[in-house]
Amino acid sequence: MKNVQKWGRTWGPLLAIALVAIALLVVAPAVLSPFRLNNLGKYVCWAIAGVGIGLAWGRGGMLVMGQGVFFGLGGYAMAMHLKLEASMATGGPDAVPDFMVLYGDGTMPGWWEPFRSGPFTLFAIVVVPAVVAAILGFAIFKRRVKGAYFAILTQALAVAFATLLIATIQQTGGFNGLNQFTLFFGYNLYDPVNKKMIYSIAAAVLVVCLVVVWQLYRSRFGELLVATRDAEERVRFLGHDPANIKLAAFVVAAVMASIGGALFTPITGIISPSDVDATASIFLIAGVALGGRALLLGPALGAIAVGFGQTTLSESFPDQWTYGLGLLFIIVILCFPAGLGNAWSQVTTRFRRSEAVS
Amino acid sequence: MDAFTTPLLAGTATGALLLIAALGLALTFGQMGVINMAHGEFLMAGAYTTYLTQQVVTNTDVSILVALPAAFLVAGSLGLLLEVAIISWMYRRPLDTLLVTVGVSLLLQQLAKDVFGAQGDPVQTPGWLDGFIDVFGYHWPYRQMFTILLAVAALVGLGLLLKYTAYGRQIRATVQNRDLAETMGVSTRTIDRVTFFVGSGLAGVGGVAVSLISGTNPNLGTTYIISAFLVVVAGGLGQLKGTVIAAFAVGIVTAFFTDWFSSSMAQVFTFALVVIFLQLKPQGLFTVRTRGLA
Repeated sequence: MKNVQKWGRTWGPLLAIALVAIALLVVAPAVLSPFRLNNLGKYVCWAIAGVGIGLAWGRGGMLVMGQGVFFGLGGYAMAMHLKLEASMATGGPDAVPDFMVLYGDGTMPGWWEPFRSGPFTLFAIVVVPAVVAAILGFAIFKRRVKGAYFAILTQALAVAFATLLIATIQQTGGFNGLNQFTLFFGYNLYDPVNKKMIYSIAAAVLVVCLVVVWQLYRSRFGELLVATRDAEERVRFLGHDPANIKLAAFVVAAVMASIGGALFTPITGIISPSDVDATASIFLIAGVALGGRALLLGPALGAIAVGFGQTTLSESFPDQWTYGLGLLFIIVILCFPAGLGNAWSQVTTRFRRSEAVS
Repeated sequence: MDAFTTPLLAGTATGALLLIAALGLALTFGQMGVINMAHGEFLMAGAYTTYLTQQVVTNTDVSILVALPAAFLVAGSLGLLLEVAIISWMYRRPLDTLLVTVGVSLLLQQLAKDVFGAQGDPVQTPGWLDGFIDVFGYHWPYRQMFTILLAVAALVGLGLLLKYTAYGRQIRATVQNRDLAETMGVSTRTIDRVTFFVGSGLAGVGGVAVSLISGTNPNLGTTYIISAFLVVVAGGLGQLKGTVIAAFAVGIVTAFFTDWFSSSMAQVFTFALVVIFLQLKPQGLFTVRTRGLA
């Protein structure tokens, strides 16, 4: 009996990840219509970012309210490549994206140039957010800025990022964002088979991310991260530098958000400032809070659920979705701070406590 | 001279507006550790109160004077309601109050959209505020001077309240040491509610000033809340003077950046400056010294 329990604790989470993988990779493509599958792909991208938020916020205690920025860095890097691919397919190797001709003088800024290369784009999707997060995190954590201050700074970053995007219409498409892609690394984006392939890539990436955080949570690093969340000073007294631990989690979360954004672009066919601003960042957090921030699968499943809820609610009541999101925050955080994934144990603990009192 | 006075004077007015908004935030954050993300919506409530007062009292010269106390009461009551209904249940989880109030802020924004429409309504400027004085070639509108006067009045009023009234003493005692204040017979729960009422009410007064500049708008709160929070972060907690200096610094610096580059670059640079400033002073300009580790 004891052996079974021990086995379950070690391998149970992996089994759960395997179930999610089967549901996403085998069941969903067989059951859902192409339109619904594409929608699910969008939620999966949010879930990838959500897994990172779970790591930084749930396990690390850092309330990251600006993950939209990293989501946007990846999304825009991918969008720039797809835009150039689309232009080059029609206008030859020196073609310039259409909106630059429309809003600007038809010349392309130099920093767009490397994104003509696919491998460079993939490289940038991982490295750029990592560098940005490392610089920002280093500046913040080393000076022991934490808690609400950190949350506010990340949200201010998201606001500044979106404002910057809207203002630079000649370089980033401004308020409209980047859209009208035709090719994805040589594959036609309008072909349903290729759409299915991109969905499968996103689902597979989500599973890989889940396995990565599973391993991280099992490792010494995961223990240290939780210790830092719960008692930062004690960790410091034990000879560790909490700043480095938090920095690592923050960078991993940023890279995950960026990859999610990079896959979001070909799936939805557009990335615009409204996908990456402060509201979008808060939307990402909503899923994590709903599913259970410190759980392994909670953030991913919560993000998918919130995405599904948004689509369903806004299909039937277009304007009422914001009420739903607002109420979700209030009810979940107030009544189930550890998320719905933990709701049962929270209820039973409360029940037991009240029993003990009476 | 024009290139210097224009951003300076306009920035001072923005700083004054930020100060009114940040005073309430700094008060609640410093005393209870509560981050009220719905504070911007209290600003919005103040603006809509001004609009509604003008519908009732059609003489614009008088209506603005009626709107000031009305906005204070409306926003203050909203704050009190928020405190009693939600925040008082979660004082042990300050970081979570941030997310709950995000939810409240979303609700209030959508409510304003449904009730007043997404477009926003214009607010008439009263005759005695419609004009300007000439300062070295810059036409300084009376409205901006009115905002500054309002901020000074709010600051002086709050200062007097904190320094000379029984409530003020109890507020200061609670900020410095909640447990000890409780032992001395201060009802910290009541004090929390008073603080929340006053802080939110100040935001309502700020909303009156905002409505004179840009009318009403359901998204009005979001434009000011982040800057107001940056002011609180840079100013430090527990003392009003830090907030005052930070508010005018942020307002004036942003105005100069806007003048030199563009308003969007100004936001980015101001954010970068605050991060750099926190490298020098991680706790903000001034803090109350404690022996605690956090």
